[in-house]
Amino acid sequence: MTPASPQPMPPLVVLNGVSMSYGRGAAAVPAIEDVSLDIKRGEFIAVVGPSGCGKSSLMKLISGLHPTSAGQLTVDNQPVDKPLKSVGMAFQNSNLLPWRSCVDNVLLPLEIVPPYRQRIGRHRAEYKKKAEELLQSVGLTGFTEKFPWQLSGGMQQRASICRALIHEPEILMLDEPFGALDAFTREELWCALRDIHAARGVTVMLVTHDLREAVFLADTVYVMSNRPGRILKKCEVTLPRPRALEVTYTPTFQNIVHELRSLIGGQH
Amino acid sequence: MTREDFLVRVVSPSAFTVGLFLIWELACELFSIPLTILPSPSVIFGALWQYREPITENSWVTLWTTLAGFALATVGGLLLGIAVGWHRAIYAGIYPLLVGFNSIPKVAVVPVLILWFGLGEVPAIITAFLISFFPIVVNVATGLATTEPELEDVMRALGASKLDIMKKVGIPRSLPYFFGSLKIAITLAFVGAVVSETVGANKGLGKLMLDAQANFQVPIVFAGLLVLAFLGIVLYAFTAIIEKRFTGWAFRGQNR
Repeated sequence: MTPASPQPMPPLVVLNGVSMSYGRGAAAVPAIEDVSLDIKRGEFIAVVGPSGCGKSSLMKLISGLHPTSAGQLTVDNQPVDKPLKSVGMAFQNSNLLPWRSCVDNVLLPLEIVPPYRQRIGRHRAEYKKKAEELLQSVGLTGFTEKFPWQLSGGMQQRASICRALIHEPEILMLDEPFGALDAFTREELWCALRDIHAARGVTVMLVTHDLREAVFLADTVYVMSNRPGRILKKCEVTLPRPRALEVTYTPTFQNIVHELRSLIGGQH
Repeated sequence: MTREDFLVRVVSPSAFTVGLFLIWELACELFSIPLTILPSPSVIFGALWQYREPITENSWVTLWTTLAGFALATVGGLLLGIAVGWHRAIYAGIYPLLVGFNSIPKVAVVPVLILWFGLGEVPAIITAFLISFFPIVVNVATGLATTEPELEDVMRALGASKLDIMKKVGIPRSLPYFFGSLKIAITLAFVGAVVSETVGANKGLGKLMLDAQANFQVPIVFAGLLVLAFLGIVLYAFTAIIEKRFTGWAFRGQNR
């Protein structure tokens, strides 16, 4: 399988007219309405939209944590009716376990996901080395034995992303992972995530408020409407890769951000 | 230990304790309070020394019945707490019963226990257990019930079972609650054991004090109270040390 293969690969994730609501019957609150989209293998998509528009719900839906109320949803040609195994997730809050060191936090998924969970008892040292390498790749050399509360917010978030990656998931789901960080740290982590995506070819779904973040990182940006969330616009970002941070200051980039901003609305 | 630490942790509590006894002693002298109302500390310590043998013997009985009841409460409370925290249906089902049961004054249960098990250590152990398991159940269940939903999502998206989530997240997370509740439980267990001995027993500090009171040996009653207070502090310190030892990560702000 080469990237230049002429045959079009079937998409990894397919949503066809999917709706979702919280609660049942008359009291049901619709969160997502009639969403159709495809995510190709190795594609980086970003979902942007106003607060409470169902961006996170879309993520829960695709990972199988919440059932659809209408439409078809398939991942790898399989209908999704229960939590997908081995999706990597990270949230705005790093959610690291405070009683585990950084590296032990990263190892957590390997204690859950087969086939690692059967092997980790005997091969812990080997996997620990792998986790340490992963932490090094995001600049956490020398912090692997520290506890989460000894790390800064940015470092915690890096560790959280490593935890989402350690079991080599096919899909990485990130729900505003950089939302609580300062602007400089955020840009640093954009680059870290860009490099991870480039190096591993993992499929990424990023939910964010930050349009610059979405345009800088993603191949495709989806703009969602106010609740119940619908896809207002699909925007292919054709900026060449690898993208340097400087690209965010170019007119092309700014134009895309402007266009997306105008779709989201709100008071000015 | 730095000089300031020494001042705060050793000098300060000692000074306050000695000070209290001094004021007490002086007050007894000054107002010539009769021995049968409030004996002075010197008299009490004298009685403590004079009757050291029966006091020691009965203290051991109270101590081991307390610890036996506490051990039962720890195991039972932990298991029941996990069960209650496991599922909302179990929580909803058991909780009202637990609250109702906890509301019954345990002193009212002791006669029934004596009826069932006779005079002896068993009613004291069971009373200690009954009175002290409730805070453990409630705390463990709370610890489990307050697991962050996002963390649960992370785990479920990895294909984790309910048991996995409990083992990796829920139970370690509720340990600070558990150990915190042990501090409350051990003092309650102590109260339970003594209450039971006071209602009816053939040994124990409660029984000793009851007999002394019947004979107007007021200094012995106060000596018993003093020993109870001392044992209470020892037991509390014991669980507090265990708590620090096992859940240091939850106390990170205090002794970095």
